[in-house]
Amino acid sequence: MSGAATLKEWTGAALAAPVAWLASIVNVPLKAWQRATGTGGMAAFFLAPNMAIFGIFVLVPLVINFFYSATSGTAYFLQDRSYVGLEQYRRLLDCGSYLDTATCREDLFWKAVHNTGLFVVVQVALMTVVSMITALILNREIAGRSFWRAVFFFPVLLSPVVTGLIWRWILQRQGLLNLIVHDLGGEPYNWLTDRFSAFTAAVSVSVWAHMGFYTLILLAGLQAIPRDLYEAAEMDGTRPARVFWRITLPLLMPNLLVVIVLALIRAVQIFDEVYVLTGGGPGTSTLYVTQYIYEIGFASLLRNPGLASAASILMGLVLVVLTLLQLQVGRRGERKGQRE
Amino acid sequence: MSGVVTFLTRRRGGRGWHWTDVVSWLWLFGGLVIMFGPAVWLVGSSFKTPAQLAVFPPTILPYVSQQAAVEGYDKPLTLYRVKLPDGSTKVLAEARRVGIVAQMVDPQAPNDIVKINIANRQPVREIGFATENYTEPFVHFDFLRYLRNSVFVTVMATLITLLTNSMAAFALSKYKFRGRDLTMLLIVGTLMVPLSVILVPLYSVVGAVGLLDSLWGVILPTVATPTGVFLLRQYMLTIPDELLDAARMDNASEWQIYWRIVLPLAAPALAVLAIFSVVWRWNDFLWPLVVLSRKELYTLQVGLNTYAGQLNVQWHYILAMTVVTMIPVVLVFVFLQRYITSGIAGTGLK
Repeated sequence: MSGAATLKEWTGAALAAPVAWLASIVNVPLKAWQRATGTGGMAAFFLAPNMAIFGIFVLVPLVINFFYSATSGTAYFLQDRSYVGLEQYRRLLDCGSYLDTATCREDLFWKAVHNTGLFVVVQVALMTVVSMITALILNREIAGRSFWRAVFFFPVLLSPVVTGLIWRWILQRQGLLNLIVHDLGGEPYNWLTDRFSAFTAAVSVSVWAHMGFYTLILLAGLQAIPRDLYEAAEMDGTRPARVFWRITLPLLMPNLLVVIVLALIRAVQIFDEVYVLTGGGPGTSTLYVTQYIYEIGFASLLRNPGLASAASILMGLVLVVLTLLQLQVGRRGERKGQRE
Repeated sequence: MSGVVTFLTRRRGGRGWHWTDVVSWLWLFGGLVIMFGPAVWLVGSSFKTPAQLAVFPPTILPYVSQQAAVEGYDKPLTLYRVKLPDGSTKVLAEARRVGIVAQMVDPQAPNDIVKINIANRQPVREIGFATENYTEPFVHFDFLRYLRNSVFVTVMATLITLLTNSMAAFALSKYKFRGRDLTMLLIVGTLMVPLSVILVPLYSVVGAVGLLDSLWGVILPTVATPTGVFLLRQYMLTIPDELLDAARMDNASEWQIYWRIVLPLAAPALAVLAIFSVVWRWNDFLWPLVVLSRKELYTLQVGLNTYAGQLNVQWHYILAMTVVTMIPVVLVFVFLQRYITSGIAGTGLK
């Protein structure tokens, strides 16, 4: 046995020993607890830490959010705030016309809603198409499939801040994109200071960052389609396009729907990478709802947590609808699976 | 060489190349460039000096200008390859520059000043790495502290997540009690509650328990992950109950059963959760941004965003620190990527 291995074992044992010792110390009172309360008490013990944290930091906020949205003021503690009923919602929804943000009392909120709506539609469509193409290609008989799968997955692991900064660096005036433009004979351009190109950047960067995740789900679906169906089609001399529309797409539909709904749920909440990339600008052209909630709730000088809370509940409602849709889609997929 | 080409272009079943093969490979190699290119460009840029970063068009590789100490001048002078009026070229050092005219001196004979139009000279450059981009932020800025905070948050949150989630999963998979299904439903239901929906009330709850502006305020709200409980419970359901009953026969306490039998057997699922948790907590941004207002408590992500949001962005430091922030995730990608991809493909969780 080599010296390195024994050293490694020794370190492992040295690290594990205190933990094991602690676990055996804990065992003494727990044994008494078990004798006193039976296994039912033990179940409560095992659940307690997780459920306590869960209750305090998820359930309680979820419930008091409704109270929050019915109060006004700049204080964060509920007892320091004054009750105003549905005033915050009235303020958010007070619009001459929902299509024209200038007629709204909270025009910034509606600006964010419009931006988010457009972002969701374009981003989800692009995301679905790009992930679908990638998954179809990865499902072919290509050399080194797991390597290629990993390639497209890489950005998924990057933090949104890193993603945002990488792309800010590439899109800035002296950046890589302008180098390419320059080499092709074009004029360098400030990509992040123009409304249209900033929006395009926000959509593309978020697709870049997350497509690998959806590609994986679609690829898993593609690989679950029985091979013999394709062999039969080949034997019949079916054209590839027909194989795609008649076999691949219908059988992939459950996964595809899951991907679309998941992408919708995520796109509605878009924040971090776009916030780092554009900061919501230029002007308010890439301001999205989560950033609005964050800024009205915490960052803005005209801080109004009650308004932010009301806006977050409205966004939550949209997410609930999408989640129910997802469950519906999932159940349909399951039933379909049972039939086959 | 031709053998390699034949090998690479050989198709299964001896078929020839179809146009879809060409499109596929173009897509894959295009993907390779687009997915990795930005990160590679970032790493390359992070080794450039501020002067190099300001140059347009930017160079692919980092260069540094050569400098030389010249007698009679306090600071080292930058060297240029100069085209003299008589047509010869010579390496001279720049003493001063006035408009488009530079006063150059010969490092060997520093007393004669030659006036040169700056169009007639090129800096002497060599490939070099500005490693001070990496060292200075740790020394002169708070990045060492941010790094420590990020490591602390990630390690602590992951350990607590593993412990509390596995305990809950054990109770939910191995005991029958009233309200078990309801508890499970509650946990899975809140999978759908994103942070942005409860941001304001969560902030006030964390304030009420006195954790604002503390790293524990970052850690605790994130550790009761429904994903983790769900993942571990599904795995523990596959551990046969007979094993537990046999241990009970031998007078083992329930805690010992959890600690000595179920946890070791659930190690593969725990490993997957640990990898996920490390990536999640390392990358967290919105919640630390909201809860931490004292600068010395910032995590790397929040610190980076703050420095990058300043009016005068010091890109050479920002780029280097972005690379540092990326390192753990790249390590996970290189060594543990398949656990994550199989985890996602199996459960659809992220």
